[in-house]
Amino acid sequence: MAEPATRALRTDTMVLSMGPQHPSTHGVLRLELMTDGEVVQDAIPHIGYLHRNFEKYAENLTYPQIIPYTDRMDYIAAMNNELGFVLTVEKLLGRGPRPVEVPEKAEYIRVIVCELNRIASHLLAFGTYGLDIGAFTPFLYAFRDRETILELFEELSGARLLYNYIRVGGVARDFPPEFHHRLRRFLDYFAPQVDVYDTLLSNNKIFLERTTGIGVLGVDDCIQNGWTGPNIRGAGLAWDLRKEEPYSIYDRFDFAIPVGKNGDCWDRYMVRMNEMRESVKIARQALDQMEERGLLEDENFTANVRGTLRPPAGEIYMRTETPRGDLGYYIHSDGSDRPARVKVRSPCFTALSALRDMSRGLLIADVVAIIGSIDIVMGEIDR
Amino acid sequence: MTPEEIHDHLLDRFGGDVVTGLVQSDESDPKSPVIYDPAQSMIGASAIADVAMFCRDDDALRLDALMCLSALDRGAHLSVVYNLHSMAHGHVAALRVDVPRTAAVVPSVERVWTTASWHEREAHDLMGIAFSGHSDLRPLILPEGWEGYPLRKDYEAQEYYRGMKVPF
Amino acid sequence: MTHPIEAFAARLRTTLAQTTETLELGGRWPEAIPLEGLIAIMLVLLAAVSVALIAVVPIVLVLMERKISAYFQDRLGPTRVGPWGVLVTLADGIKLLFKEDLIPPQADKMLFRLAPYVVFGSSFAVVAVLPPFRSTVIGNLQLGLFIYLAVSSLVVLGIIMAGWSSNSKYSLFGALRGAAQMVSYEIPLGLAALMIVMTAGTLNMQHLVMDQVGGIHRWYMFRNPFLFIGAGIYFISSIAEVNRTPFDLPEAESEIVAGFHTEYSGLRFAYFFLAEYANVFVVSGICVALFMGGWSSPIPGFQALPGIVWFVGKVLVLVFVMMWIRWTVPRVRVDQLMAVCWKYLLPISFVNIVGTGVVVLLEREGWGAELPIGIGHMMWIAVPVVLLVLGLLAFSGTAPVRPRPTTVGR
Repeated sequence: MAEPATRALRTDTMVLSMGPQHPSTHGVLRLELMTDGEVVQDAIPHIGYLHRNFEKYAENLTYPQIIPYTDRMDYIAAMNNELGFVLTVEKLLGRGPRPVEVPEKAEYIRVIVCELNRIASHLLAFGTYGLDIGAFTPFLYAFRDRETILELFEELSGARLLYNYIRVGGVARDFPPEFHHRLRRFLDYFAPQVDVYDTLLSNNKIFLERTTGIGVLGVDDCIQNGWTGPNIRGAGLAWDLRKEEPYSIYDRFDFAIPVGKNGDCWDRYMVRMNEMRESVKIARQALDQMEERGLLEDENFTANVRGTLRPPAGEIYMRTETPRGDLGYYIHSDGSDRPARVKVRSPCFTALSALRDMSRGLLIADVVAIIGSIDIVMGEIDR
Repeated sequence: MTPEEIHDHLLDRFGGDVVTGLVQSDESDPKSPVIYDPAQSMIGASAIADVAMFCRDDDALRLDALMCLSALDRGAHLSVVYNLHSMAHGHVAALRVDVPRTAAVVPSVERVWTTASWHEREAHDLMGIAFSGHSDLRPLILPEGWEGYPLRKDYEAQEYYRGMKVPF
Repeated sequence: MTHPIEAFAARLRTTLAQTTETLELGGRWPEAIPLEGLIAIMLVLLAAVSVALIAVVPIVLVLMERKISAYFQDRLGPTRVGPWGVLVTLADGIKLLFKEDLIPPQADKMLFRLAPYVVFGSSFAVVAVLPPFRSTVIGNLQLGLFIYLAVSSLVVLGIIMAGWSSNSKYSLFGALRGAAQMVSYEIPLGLAALMIVMTAGTLNMQHLVMDQVGGIHRWYMFRNPFLFIGAGIYFISSIAEVNRTPFDLPEAESEIVAGFHTEYSGLRFAYFFLAEYANVFVVSGICVALFMGGWSSPIPGFQALPGIVWFVGKVLVLVFVMMWIRWTVPRVRVDQLMAVCWKYLLPISFVNIVGTGVVVLLEREGWGAELPIGIGHMMWIAVPVVLLVLGLLAFSGTAPVRPRPTTVGR
C-alpha cells in the first residue's frame, strides 16, 4: 500500500474567521481568510455588523436633526462629517428663496475645528497602526496628544466625541473666553511633536521592513477602486478636495498636499503624518486671520436661521475632504422639511472594497498591515 | 465640460433612444425652484453599461472615477444615479437610470468601475435593485435572508428574523 | 565513585562529629537517626524553598515591566495597590486565582490541562543550574549548560500542546509559529554557548564563572571580539526564545489574538504568564553567567559586595534592556523572523565559531604568552574590521531608509 509521498502530504486551505471581534480589525469587521499556512489565498470582508441604516433615519428627521446622526458615522472625525452635511444643505438652500449667509467667524471656526479633528483622526490612525505592527508605545503617545484636542472640543461643544457643533448657518457656540490662547498653545506644542513620532516609529527599521512594498495600489487602480483621501495621495496623486474644489474658505490658506510615491502601506501612513503638519499650518493661519480681521471679538458666529428649514426641491451631490477621503452626501429634497433620501458616499467603504484584491498571496501579518494603512472606521462603512 | 455639454456629447454618440433626456435645474420661479446639481442625463436602463464604458474611455470625457452610486425611490420608479468625476479633466457628470418598481433590473457597471461592485451590492441590499451581470450579489450589509428592502418607502420590517423578534 | 548523597552524608558526619565534640555531646551523632533520610528531607525542603523564592522573581519582573512600560509611555502605571503599586501583581494573581477556569468543549482536555505545567515546569527547572553565589546551592552539575539547553527546549513542547489541544485556529497558528521560531533560534543560541564551552573547556556553570573572576576584562564577553559578537547573538536569540517583542509572533496580539494561550483563563493562564517571566529571568541569568562574569565583581580587587548582588544586578540590567526593546520596536513578520535567524545569525555564528577556535588554539600553543595581554584581547584591534564586515552583511540586500514623501503643492 505504498502511496506516493505527495499524496500522503496533501495539505488543505484553512478558513480563518478573523473578527468581528479581533484586536486589529478596527471595529466589527469580519474577514474570511483562506489561509495556506501563513499565506492568505483569499480575504473576503464581511461588513454590516454596525449597520443602523442612517439613510433611513435621515428620511424621517428634519435637516438640523440629522446632524448628530452624521457624527455617528465616522465617529473619529465627527466634525468633518458634520461639515460635509451642513455644507450640502447650505448649498441647496443657497439656490432657494431663503439662502443662509454664514458669518465669516463661523467659517473660520469650522475650518479650525475640522483641521483639529483631522489631526485627532490621524493621531488615532498613527497610534493604532503602531499597534497593528506590534509597537505599543506610539499608541499612548498619540492618545496623549489627541486628549488635548478632545479637551479643546469639550470646552467648545460640551462633547468629546460626537459634537453636534457645526450647524446650518454657522456653529453652535462661540469660542469660550481665552480659548484661542489654549488653541495656539496646543498648536505650538504639537507642531514639533510630529517629528517625535517620526523618530519613534516612522523611520524604525522593522517598521519600514513591515510596511514598504506591502499592499501596493497604483494611481490607476486607486481611481478604479474609488480610493480617495490619504490613500490615493499615498499612491502619488495630489488629489485633495480642499484644493480641487475649495469649499468653505479653504482657498484662503496656504498649505501643501503631501503625497507618497509607491502607494504602499508606508506611503499611506506617511501621508497622514505629513498631513498633520499641514493641518497645524492651516489652523494656525486661520487663527492668525481671525485675529487680523478682528473676528475674535465678533459675536456673530451663526446666521439667523429661524423657522423650519425647507430647502428647494431637487437633488444635490456634494463632497468634502474628511481625514479618510471624499465624503459625499447625495440629498434628494422634495421641498419639505425632511429629505426624501440621503445617500452617503463613504470613503472607507470604497477603500475596504479593494482589500480582497490587495491581500491575495500575502501573509496574515500583511493583511493586518493593509487594514491599518487604509484607516477604516466601521461606523462609516456600515452606516 | 459642464454636465450639459457632456449630455450633448452622449446624445451625439448614442442618440435619443438611449440618452432620453436631461434633468436640470429649473429656477424660473424664484419662489419654488427645482435644483439638480449636477444635471442628470437620463439613460435607458438596458444601455447603461455601454454608456458607462464610453464615459470612462472616451478621450473627451474620461470620467474615470465613479464618485457615488445612489439608489433612490421615486414612487413609481426606482432610480440609480451615477455621480461621475474625471480625474484627468476635472469635470463631473451624473447619469440616471429609472426602472419600474416591479422590475428593478439594471445592468451592472462593475466591469467599468471596480468600486461599483460594493455600491451595487449595497443598493441591492437596501433598495432591492438587481444588477444583472454582477459577479457577486450576496447581501453585503444586511444579514443573510433578511426580507424586504429597508430604504424603499413602503418598507415594513419583518416580524421575526430567524426566530428573533425584529421591531423591539 | 560514591553517590553524591553518600559523599555529602560522610562529609556531614565528620562535621557533626567535630561539632558534637565541641559541644561535648560525646563526639558521636546518634546512630539511631538515619542521616541519609534526613538529608533527603532537607533536600526536598530546600527545593521547595528555592522554588518558592524563585516564584517571587516573575512577580517582581511583572511589576518592573508594568512600571517601566508606564514610564516609557508617559504615564504612571499601577499606583493603587500598596505603596507605589508594588502589590499589584499579587492582586492580579489573586484575581486570576478566582477566575473561572474555562476549558473549551472541543479541546483535548488532557493535553489542555497538561500544557501549562510543562511550560511552567521546564521554565522553572532550569533555574537549578543558575550560579547566583560563589557556593552553588541548587545544583552544581558537571553538565549544567547542557542541562539548560536540553530542559529549556521542553518549553516549545508545552506551547505546541497548548496550541494544538485548544482546538482554536489562532492557538494553532501561535503554536506553529512558536515551534518554528524556538527550534530555529535554538541553533544560534546553542552555537553561541558552544563558543564559551570551547573557550572554557567545561560545561559546569560554576567553573565557567570561576574562570571569569577578577574584573570586567576577564569576562568572556570581552575576552575576544568573537565572543563579544557571540554575546550579541546569544542575547538576540534568547529574546526570540522567550517570545518577546520584536519576536513575539507566537502571541502576536494584532494578528492572532493571543496565540497559543488564546483559550486559557484563570490560573492556567497565570502559569503561562509566570513561566514567561521566569524564562526572561533565566535566559538573562544564563547570559550573565556565560558572558558577563556571573556573580563576580566587575571591578578588579573590589570584593565588598556579595556575589548575589552582582548577579542579580547584572540580570536586572539585561531584563531592563529586554523591556526597553519590547516597548520601543514593532514586531517582525514571520518570514523576516526566519530570515534574521537563518540568513544572519547562523552564518555569523559559524564565522564566530571558527574565530573562537583560532583564538583558543593560539592561546593553547602559547602564542602571545610573553605579551602583557592575551591573544584574545589583542584581537580587539580587529574589531573595527569585523564590525565593518558585519555592517556590510547586515545592510546588503535590505532597503535603505527611505526619505519622507515629497510634498507637492498645487
